[in-house]
Amino acid sequence: MAAEAPAQPPAAAGEPNHGLRIFIPWLVLSVAADLIIWIAWRPHLPPGTMSSAGANQQFDIAIMAVLAAPVMILVLTYFAYALIVWRQKPGDEEDGPPIHGNTRIQATWIVVSSVIVLFLAVFGTVELFTAQGSGGGEGASAVFTSGVSKPLQVQVIGQQWKFTYRYPQYGGFETTDLVLPTNTWVEFHVTSIDVIHSFWAYQLGVKADANPGVDNIAYTKIYHTGSITVRCAELCGLWHGAMFDYGRAVSPAAFQSWAQATEVHLAAVTKVLPPYSLTYDPTQVAQMGKGMVANGLTGGAGLYYPPTDPAQP
Amino acid sequence: MAIETQPERAHGAGGSAPGARRQRPWWMRPAIHTAIAGAVIGYLIGHLLGNFLAASNVATEYPNLALSDSSDWPIVLGYAFGVVGWVAGLGVFNDLIRQMLGRPVPVATEEEEAANGGIAKYFRFTLDHKVVGIQYLIGMIIYFCTAGLFAMAIRSELLSPTQHLFSSSAYVEIVGEHGTMMMMLMSSVILGPFGNYLVPLMIGSKRVAFPRLEALSFWLTPAAFLILLSGLMLGGFPFGWTGYAPLSIQATLGADSYAMSFGLMGVSVILAGFNIIVTVICYRAPGMRWSRVPMFVWAMVSTSFLMVLAAPVLIGGMYMMITDRTAQTAFFVDTLGGSSYLYQNLFWFFGHPEVYILALPGFGVVSELLPVFTRKPLFGYKTAAAGMIGVTLLSFFVWQHHLFDSGINPDMRPVFMLTTELISIPTGFIYLVAMGTLWKAKIRLTVPMLFALGMYFNFLIGGISGVFLSDVPADTTEHGSFFVMAHFHYTIMGGLIFAFMAACYYWLPKMMGIKLNQRLGKIHFWTMFIFFNSTFLPLFAIGMDGQPRRVFEYARNLETLNDWVSISSFLLGGSILIFVINFVWSTVIARVREVGNPWNSRGLEWQVSSPPPPGNFAHVPVVLSGPYEYGTPGAPPVADLNPPTGVVSAAYAGADTARAEA
Amino acid sequence: MSLPARVSLLVVAFLAVVAIGAFVVLHYFLGGPAVVDYSAGVTPDSGATVHVVMQEDPQNTVSTHPDWVSYFIQNPRTKAWEHTTLFKVPAGSRIDMTIYGFDGCTPLRNPVWGQITGTIGDVEYVNGKPYHVINSWSSCNVGHTFSIPGINLNVPMATPGLIQSNKPGLCPTSPCQPGDPKAVPYRVMTFSFNTPHATGQYFWQCRVPCGGGFVTGFGGPMSTIGFMTGNMDVVS
Repeated sequence: MAAEAPAQPPAAAGEPNHGLRIFIPWLVLSVAADLIIWIAWRPHLPPGTMSSAGANQQFDIAIMAVLAAPVMILVLTYFAYALIVWRQKPGDEEDGPPIHGNTRIQATWIVVSSVIVLFLAVFGTVELFTAQGSGGGEGASAVFTSGVSKPLQVQVIGQQWKFTYRYPQYGGFETTDLVLPTNTWVEFHVTSIDVIHSFWAYQLGVKADANPGVDNIAYTKIYHTGSITVRCAELCGLWHGAMFDYGRAVSPAAFQSWAQATEVHLAAVTKVLPPYSLTYDPTQVAQMGKGMVANGLTGGAGLYYPPTDPAQP
Repeated sequence: MAIETQPERAHGAGGSAPGARRQRPWWMRPAIHTAIAGAVIGYLIGHLLGNFLAASNVATEYPNLALSDSSDWPIVLGYAFGVVGWVAGLGVFNDLIRQMLGRPVPVATEEEEAANGGIAKYFRFTLDHKVVGIQYLIGMIIYFCTAGLFAMAIRSELLSPTQHLFSSSAYVEIVGEHGTMMMMLMSSVILGPFGNYLVPLMIGSKRVAFPRLEALSFWLTPAAFLILLSGLMLGGFPFGWTGYAPLSIQATLGADSYAMSFGLMGVSVILAGFNIIVTVICYRAPGMRWSRVPMFVWAMVSTSFLMVLAAPVLIGGMYMMITDRTAQTAFFVDTLGGSSYLYQNLFWFFGHPEVYILALPGFGVVSELLPVFTRKPLFGYKTAAAGMIGVTLLSFFVWQHHLFDSGINPDMRPVFMLTTELISIPTGFIYLVAMGTLWKAKIRLTVPMLFALGMYFNFLIGGISGVFLSDVPADTTEHGSFFVMAHFHYTIMGGLIFAFMAACYYWLPKMMGIKLNQRLGKIHFWTMFIFFNSTFLPLFAIGMDGQPRRVFEYARNLETLNDWVSISSFLLGGSILIFVINFVWSTVIARVREVGNPWNSRGLEWQVSSPPPPGNFAHVPVVLSGPYEYGTPGAPPVADLNPPTGVVSAAYAGADTARAEA
Repeated sequence: MSLPARVSLLVVAFLAVVAIGAFVVLHYFLGGPAVVDYSAGVTPDSGATVHVVMQEDPQNTVSTHPDWVSYFIQNPRTKAWEHTTLFKVPAGSRIDMTIYGFDGCTPLRNPVWGQITGTIGDVEYVNGKPYHVINSWSSCNVGHTFSIPGINLNVPMATPGLIQSNKPGLCPTSPCQPGDPKAVPYRVMTFSFNTPHATGQYFWQCRVPCGGGFVTGFGGPMSTIGFMTGNMDVVS
């Protein structure tokens, strides 16, 4: 949305060069703002550099801020100048000059704003490529992948109102504890078994919606150890606001020992779970015991939907 | 309701002496009281029918209705029949039934309408677009303030991350009510009052094309408002204004009030938009070329196209939600073959044009006001109009930017990033036009101008933050967080509502012949501007620091920021209260008369008396120049209000020469 | 209308709006079931033991949704069963919980919640017998769970066993009275856990999809405070 300072036809005698008087403060403030943003603010920008996706997003936000600052400063400086210099003096009932338009100014504005906008679109696309999707959920057939042959696969199961995590490469155990190794590409498979949730690992810069019956894949590579805040970012009912927990990123060796120990520790539970799958349909239970099927369910709600309902919409 | 058995009158003959027609007493003529009676009767009929349907089917086809112990049928049918009863009670069907029976339809003359005095006409279904405009204005202020009170409740809860004022179910209900009430009803916050009132005046027309549709569009809004509020009695709905399935299918009865009220508002918005489009296309006075149409009217037409094209998709989506909840269809339930994505796409295909329905009227108002208070022509008229049209067209191509992380086809993400970035180009034209208009201007800082400038300031922040959101990598952290909340509050409240305030202060002298107190107005502006920014600016940081939307527990280190925001929001509520006090005081108690043209505007609407006479213009005017010809030496007046006879009829007969000379 | 008339109309309208607003807030937003106080007379952070008693029923027959499954909490002083899911416990104490399970079986959507976690010893006792995992899909043995996600507590509630045609049906009126299990069948679950030192509100829920007739079984009673979900207030 930027434009060059409006270069007007030669001003009337004695009239100051308004264009220059707007341009100079704009230039000074923009350069100062951009320097402050890039040097001072950038290292502290969210979501931080704990992971590849986070670092990439931090860079993106810094670039956009550096481009946005001059635009905003231009509009604000111009408005401020106008309000100070071109206020109507009390008692003055005259109209202003009849300027209907200026083709050059308008064309310049359109061209410059288009260039900036197209640059941002290309930039964003390139950043998606170079950051392997930058932590966002890409659906079941991800286009931007990790590039390594064996990323660590972690399935995130959203359910009302807690996330659980399954590690298929360690026997498919399921835990409420999110532990991840640094220096390893992590491939999140996010799904839900009831309503729509959203897995938001803040420090990892990962957000992928958990849709029922859908496998949503997101990638990141963690750089540093530390605590990970996981929050549900899609309103999922009564306790959405309390659906959060804390995970941690540890060294690859510590992760290995944790995973192997947990696999053993949870073996009894893993036997009870359905086999690992990218999506689950909890109404189709192959392992349903004969007694359940024969005698039916006696609970307050045996049926999710009665069998007579049409299954096809 | 009952067909009026009035003494029959000649069709539109006019000329009978005012007051000669025998009027029935006020309580026997259809008005809001008969509407309420109709609504109650309709609700009871629908409720009984629903109970009957549920009971008769439950054993055989829908046994889980018995299990759920709460059937949606009586609620849904109750609301549906209640709305029919409300509309019937207003007398909307009376003329239709008369025509079907071959009886003459009484048409009040303009004199009779004028004699139809006082306040009672505002409680009736009237065909005068100016009355509808005032009805909308009062209604919109009530809806805005009610939804604003819900917002105060939200911010009260968010004062502490651990101490809870409300239970989580009350909180999630409040969040849903606030969001839905604002998004649904504020679609018409400018088009309803100001569009309906001013568009005919601005284009030189004595009437709108479809006065009945326009009046009906107003009367559906209190019905939608009350249906939405009644959801509280049913336990509210836990899914916010977006209504994502399958949570909305899982929810208890309150969800039906959400779906019915939102769908009903969709109908209202379609009718209002349709009326505006046809009025502007067909009822422009001779000489009112498209290049002379005021920018406000351009905005109303663009908004109306969005309304007419997008709202049907909403109604479809709500209808599918209702059938999923009642008739156990499976559009959105994946274990039965449906898809949660279907709802998301249907909703946002409407939802994105909806936010431009909210933004465009704001653009129109400020572009209309700027020339008046800078005493200069609007800079780049064609660019401004092109901007409106560009936004309208492009807004249908960006909706999946709400779904970047949802697991949509990943090839779509760069595509929608591009289209979303592109839409910022026509949006930016508003600033080009504003800056050009301010160049070497004679700026008068009246209260409407202050609000218009505030709108530009706020929308700048809102619009730029939208660019941040359109970048897919950055959106990964920003989506679903308070960053998005800050973005849309800046664009919608900072943009649209500031424009609404500007429009109120600017056009109330025209609409009611009363000027709002200007000193209170300045206090209102400064408090609203300061506290609005202090409320919503920190939300960008809160969102980027990891707080998701619609939560009642958040990280403890964000408590200070949240407290700052909450206190500011209470003060912001106070500033709105100042507005309400100003409005009520000026219109009810003080009533400082303001006739004529206090802002010295060239607008065609200001060339008639304030308020305008019935029929707007004594004769259809012939438009001689555009409304923004300030400072143009030798510019003709904006219109000839008493054209010589023959000019108008010649123009209507299609004489191009007459039009060329005009 | 004259000025005094307009003024008085305004005052009346204003008072009406305030009254309606106050009513909505007090009735719909601040109302709710009672909180059963288990913290009275107990010193927090002293390792004291508090005995909390609850039951879960196949219906509740005492509310406007009589067919909804529901928990009841026993008042520690009056020993009456209150239809609520809100209770208060002292911080830093040991809670010995007894829950009577009267409701029949529904399989878990995610059988990981058949594992007992967060209790002392990660164990629960069903009629005195210890369990670490209960497989809700193998037979009709899990009716509900009592889970506090904030402290990772998850305890499945066993059913009264398979109901066959010659055995008695489930408890028909609520609150059910634990008496002769041959007449009205039930199971007794006991387990213990420690409350955290940090005070606050910890929500608890059931994880079995027992909201009959609602999509995924998590609507209705499962999403309504006072039935299958509630709050444990840890106070000091």
